[in-house]
Amino acid sequence: MDVFSQLADGFAVALTFQNLALALVGCFIGTIIGALPGLGPSNGVAILIPVAFTLGLPATPALILLTSVYYGAMYGGRISSILLNIPGDEPALMTTLDGYPMAKKGQAGEALALSGIASFVGAFFATWGLVFLAPQLVKVALLFGPAEYFALFTLAFATLGGIASQNQGKAVIATMIGLGIAMVGVDHQTGVPRMTFGNIHLYEGIDFLVAIVGLFAISEVLLFLEHKAGSAPSEANQKLARVTAPFWMLKKTAGTMGRSTIIGFLAGVLPGAGASLGSFVSYTIEKKISDKKGTFGTGDPRGVAAPEAGNNAAAGGALVPMLALGVPGSGTTAVLLAMLMALNITPGPLLFTQRPDVVWGLIAALFIGNIMLLCLNIPLVGLFVRVLRVPSKYLMPAVTMISFVGIYGISGSTFDLIMMIIFGVVGYVLRKLNIPTVPIILGILLGNEMETNLRRALEISNGDVNILWGSPLTIGIWILAIAGFVAPFVVGRFLRPKKDPTVAP
Amino acid sequence: MSDRVLGVACLLLSAFYIFMATQIQTSFITDYLGPKFFPILIASLLAIAAIFPIIKPDPDPDWPGIGRFVEIIFAVAVMVAYTYALPVVGFVLSTAITSGILSWRLGAKPIAAAIAGVSISVGIYVVFHLVLQLSLARGPWGF
Repeated sequence: MDVFSQLADGFAVALTFQNLALALVGCFIGTIIGALPGLGPSNGVAILIPVAFTLGLPATPALILLTSVYYGAMYGGRISSILLNIPGDEPALMTTLDGYPMAKKGQAGEALALSGIASFVGAFFATWGLVFLAPQLVKVALLFGPAEYFALFTLAFATLGGIASQNQGKAVIATMIGLGIAMVGVDHQTGVPRMTFGNIHLYEGIDFLVAIVGLFAISEVLLFLEHKAGSAPSEANQKLARVTAPFWMLKKTAGTMGRSTIIGFLAGVLPGAGASLGSFVSYTIEKKISDKKGTFGTGDPRGVAAPEAGNNAAAGGALVPMLALGVPGSGTTAVLLAMLMALNITPGPLLFTQRPDVVWGLIAALFIGNIMLLCLNIPLVGLFVRVLRVPSKYLMPAVTMISFVGIYGISGSTFDLIMMIIFGVVGYVLRKLNIPTVPIILGILLGNEMETNLRRALEISNGDVNILWGSPLTIGIWILAIAGFVAPFVVGRFLRPKKDPTVAP
Repeated sequence: MSDRVLGVACLLLSAFYIFMATQIQTSFITDYLGPKFFPILIASLLAIAAIFPIIKPDPDPDWPGIGRFVEIIFAVAVMVAYTYALPVVGFVLSTAITSGILSWRLGAKPIAAAIAGVSISVGIYVVFHLVLQLSLARGPWGF
């Protein structure tokens, strides 16, 4: 089959010594980033993009390094959930519900091993889903014109603001702030400067990397300063007798993993949803299906397997719209899109036809990364646990300094660093006000594309706005967009956990 | 209350943005919508969305007390000072001092913070500059 030969080509790209080494390093760093409270996949990858960028790696190796970090962070998030009852990142929130009780019962090692295996199952099969689904989506996407793309961007914002947020009004505010920031700079079509206040530094627009690192990493440091000593994890004092899962436990949870993988993958494919929704919905549904004796929430292994398989499957699923359409659905995939754009690669249907080496090399790297992560995680979990004990008073300054190093490396300009600090302060205030920062990032990333497509569409139709909803495809996308935005009013409480806005994105 | 302030701030921002958009010079190259339309659309939607937190505000977040607030402002000031110090005194010295201060403010004892500052600075210099060849700010002494 065509897909398999392309995948084989991808493995040929990925299986060089350099790429394997990068994948290994990425997985290792990623797991640590995921495990550390306060550093999630989004801000972890955000800090590393400028670094990878300034290292001057070519596109494919850089992509392999950073996606390994991304997958690694998805794996690592569970460690502090289970041992400390503190989710290392947002998607790992659900894992605390049964993972921590298991650890308290003295089954920390079993919980870690089981969640590692569940993560592997979820991510592995979701990558297969990506292999088969993405090319199908590309076929549809090749039919898209500017009007369809405009509708599609609206869909991404609508579902992100609807399903994935707690307050639609605030999500719209965030989106508009992001789009507004994207407008800064010279207009691509007519060449006139906009919103630059005559400042020469603003003519090229505001670099999204500066915004991402500021909003995600610097604001995190400010949040830590606010609660100085109080929230620092004291000790991971569970004894890890053995980090293996007994066979009966795997057998008992096999069905759970299968169901959760499918649910998680579907949740991930939805634009705007992402891994947090994947883990939440998987857990909720699994609880409905198998919680006959009311053991969920008291350390049931199935309650650990479900969210972990779900969130890792969703992480893979979220790559489908990101790669095939160029429209990311979640915070982490938005950061991955930023990474692609920093490497001068525009995701979307054309990427599959023009740069198959990048796409399939990346997918092959995901498979390799998965297997590496499983191998790293089971024997090395003790090491990662020790990393948890690095107190935030030493960790956060290091994170800040690495953020500065990365942004300084891009341009060496003081102006960018000041912008990053401003974004950090703004991000802190917005997060306190419970305004999601992901739509801002997405707005900055997609704003210019969105405007260009709108203007092109109207140029084609000579100003007739009906072109925006003139084809069956556009109508379909608009209906989805409206449904995605309105759905939470109807079924909202089934879709999202109550979450603390200060958990790392 | 915080949400109402937010809503009003967004309304003001939106008005300012629309005003700025009308000031955009149009050039001889034009397309149907022109460069002003989309910014005005964004700002209008921002204004509409800003009404919601004014009408139905969420409960106030726990704003930090005045002490913590000063702490945050101090940290921001340190970061700004760091930005300007980088090209003057170079990476290693400015980073050691800045990360030392941050670590101290995050609760480390002064001596431990100083050690942390120096180790973070030298660690980053070794890993990113010497091993990975990233360009860092050079001061008068070349590091």
